Amino acid sequence: MSILGVDVPPITHVTVWPTGPLGLNKTALVYFLATIITLAIFFLAGRKRQMVPTGVQAVAESGVDFVRDQIIMQTMGVEGLGYLPYLTTLFFFILFSNIFEIIPFFQFPANARYGVPLILALITWVLFNVVGIAKQGVGHYIKNTLVPPGVPKVILPLVVFIEFISTFIVRPFSLSVRLFANMLAGHLILVTFATLCAALFAAAITVVILPFSFALLVAMTGFEILVSFLQAFIFTILTAVYIGGAMHPEH
Amino acid sequence: MALALLHFVLAVQNAGELQKGLTAIGRGIVYGGAAIGPGIGIGLIVGNAITAMSRQPESAGTVRTTMFLGIAFTEALALFGFVLAFIISG
Repeated sequence: MSILGVDVPPITHVTVWPTGPLGLNKTALVYFLATIITLAIFFLAGRKRQMVPTGVQAVAESGVDFVRDQIIMQTMGVEGLGYLPYLTTLFFFILFSNIFEIIPFFQFPANARYGVPLILALITWVLFNVVGIAKQGVGHYIKNTLVPPGVPKVILPLVVFIEFISTFIVRPFSLSVRLFANMLAGHLILVTFATLCAALFAAAITVVILPFSFALLVAMTGFEILVSFLQAFIFTILTAVYIGGAMHPEH
Repeated sequence: MALALLHFVLAVQNAGELQKGLTAIGRGIVYGGAAIGPGIGIGLIVGNAITAMSRQPESAGTVRTTMFLGIAFTEALALFGFVLAFIISG
C-alpha cells in the first residue's frame, strides 16, 4: 500500500509474525511475559509481608487499592469485594499485555490480536450470568434483565428483543472488540508515524520535515501509555458493572 | 463511445484494479460513517462531564468514572466500524 509515495506496510505485516520454535510467535511471547509479570508481582509482594510496604509490595498494594476504590466501590459497593482478586488479575494482565506496545524491541500490544480479548470477554459473560442466576434464580434473573420496569405493554416485545440482543449477544462482542480495536488502532498509528519517519529520512530534501513526524511519534507513544492504562481500566470496570447489574435487579 | 467505455471498464475489472479501488472507497466510507455519531456522542459526554465537574468539584471522581463508562459505550460503535473496515475484503 503506497500513500503519497510512503510505503505503508499492509495490515498482515504489522500484526502477523513468523512462528518460532514451539509455535511461539511474538503475540504468544508477550502474553507469556504479561502472565509471568502479573504472577511475579503478586507472589513477590505476598512472600515477605510487611506492615509498612516497600518495593514490590507497595506497587501491588497500590494496584489492589486502585481496583478496590476506583472500580469496585464505584460500581458494586461493599458486596463486590469478593470479586477483588479476579478483577485485580484481569486489570494487571490486560495492562501488562497492552503496555508492551511502547516497550522497545517488543512494540506490539498483544491485545491487538482478537483471540485473548474474546476469551476474556467470554469469561466475563459467563461470570455475570452465573452471578445473576446464583443471586436471583434463573426466572427472576431473566425477567429482571429482559423486562425493564415501567415499559408500556404495547412495545414490550420489542424492548425484550432489544434487551436480549444487547445483554446476551452484543455485550461480550463489544467488550472484546473495544479492547482489540483500540490497541490495534494505536499500534497502526505508531506504525504509520514510524514508517513516515523512515521514509522522510531516506530522501535528502524531506529530512527537514522529519522532526515534526518524529515529535508526533513521541507524542503518540505517550498517548498510547494512557490508552493502554485506560483500556485495562475500562475492561475491568465494565466487567464490574455487568456483575453488579446481575447482582441487583434494576428498580 | 458507450461500448468503448464498457470495454475499458471490463478490461480494468479483469485486472482487479476496479475491485481494489472500490474496496478502498468502501472501507473509507464505512469507517468515516461509523465515526460521525460516536464523535458527536463523545463530545457531548465529555463536555457535560466537564460542566458537572466544574459545578461540583467534590463529585469529580464519580463523574470521571461515569464519563469513561459513557465514552466506552459510545466508542464501541466507532470501533465496530473500524473492525468492519478491515473485514471488508476485495
